[in-house]
Amino acid sequence: MKRQPRPSPDLFGAPVGEPTNRPAYTVSELGAALRLAAEAVVGQVWIKGEVIGMKTYEAGHWYFTLKDAESQLRCVMWRTYASRQRLVPVDGVEVYLLGTPTVWTQRGELRINAVALLPTAGVGLQQLALERTRERLAEDGLLDPTTKRALPAFPRAMAVVTSADGVVVHDIVTVARRRWPSIRIVLVPAKVQGDDAVDELVRALGIVNRLDGIDLCILGRGGGGRDDLLAFNAEPVCRAVAAVRVPTISAVGHETDLTLTDLVADLRAPTPSAAAAMALPDRGALGRQVSALGSRLGSGLRRRIQVLTERLARVSLRARHAVRRRVEVPRRRWERLAASLDALSPLAVLGRGYSVAQLADGRVVLRGDQLPAGTKFGLRLSDGTIKARSE
Amino acid sequence: MSEDPLTKDLQRLEEIVHALEGDEIDLDRALALFEEGVRHLKTAKDRLSAAEIRVERVLEDADGVLKLTSFDA
Repeated sequence: MKRQPRPSPDLFGAPVGEPTNRPAYTVSELGAALRLAAEAVVGQVWIKGEVIGMKTYEAGHWYFTLKDAESQLRCVMWRTYASRQRLVPVDGVEVYLLGTPTVWTQRGELRINAVALLPTAGVGLQQLALERTRERLAEDGLLDPTTKRALPAFPRAMAVVTSADGVVVHDIVTVARRRWPSIRIVLVPAKVQGDDAVDELVRALGIVNRLDGIDLCILGRGGGGRDDLLAFNAEPVCRAVAAVRVPTISAVGHETDLTLTDLVADLRAPTPSAAAAMALPDRGALGRQVSALGSRLGSGLRRRIQVLTERLARVSLRARHAVRRRVEVPRRRWERLAASLDALSPLAVLGRGYSVAQLADGRVVLRGDQLPAGTKFGLRLSDGTIKARSE
Repeated sequence: MSEDPLTKDLQRLEEIVHALEGDEIDLDRALALFEEGVRHLKTAKDRLSAAEIRVERVLEDADGVLKLTSFDA
């Protein structure tokens, strides 16, 4: 970086406290003079500080503040330079900034025109590495939300990749015992922090693919400090998670920690217990569902029978009506005819108190001379014939 | 996971219940479906009340052979 020679304008050359004979500045004149002094006297420098209040605008410019324990400087990074940065620094990241102080005369504000930002060691570099890894994973489609697999409805066996101490497994078993005790849980132990963690996690995830009958895989770890989660941000571990043949749940650390394995896995859970609850159906709820189906089965059949019975009743009623019609018509006709016949019968007269006398040969007695005294004849009444003799 | 037996039991049960609740089947068919439904109901309940949880631990020996041992969690 070439340092420009520093000219020494009058403004700074004058001894402090000694009034000059110069006429009063206008606001613009002093602004311009200060600007010249800032740009020319200080020029382009490296500044170390912490980035806060980062605002990125659609046009591509960045506005932020650089601060240390006592002071703050407003900074701007124009699009030309901002677009050359690999990533936007998050708040709190310590950086080296290359820039030139200037005075924005319209507002009378001191600004640093930044042209480059470099993260300092430590958090900044870690953040940078993380972003680079994330970018590479994204390029390979490993973070694509549309490729996430669904969990099996009723898993029979699940692998749990976690530390051998059993804390995470214990949490998972506790949930499993309550929700879905028919599950088989296979612990695939691996160190989850320290130097060997990356290698061991990659190896353990590989073993998951060699196990038979596994339906899903939980990658789990209890809470820990940010540094303790480093292995779960390592690229090889992320790629190993993506290569697991069954659906994966990443349950690393607590609620607030987000790791790259969380992004690569099919599902993210805040804790291992939560992962188990996501993975396993609730036996109690399912039991109630089955019972409900059972009672619907019974009532379905009853209803079916009822419907059929009603239909049968309707049909038989119609049949009865049909039969009745067939019988009634001739019967009524017969009754009518019988009544007419009855009215015409000569015997009907007998019912009103008349009687008919008949001689032995059956001739009806019409005149008195047909019955000389002592003649036997029959007297026909409505209910029969009685024997009689004339006198 | 269409091959999962419990899923199959529950799916078939749903179908049967829907068929019975509809109006388009005769009594013989309804009775046959009911009997089938009862069978699925029983197997589904049996599956739900299945055995105690099993926890194993896998270890890879020097030859790369995987060994499963019971794990007390």
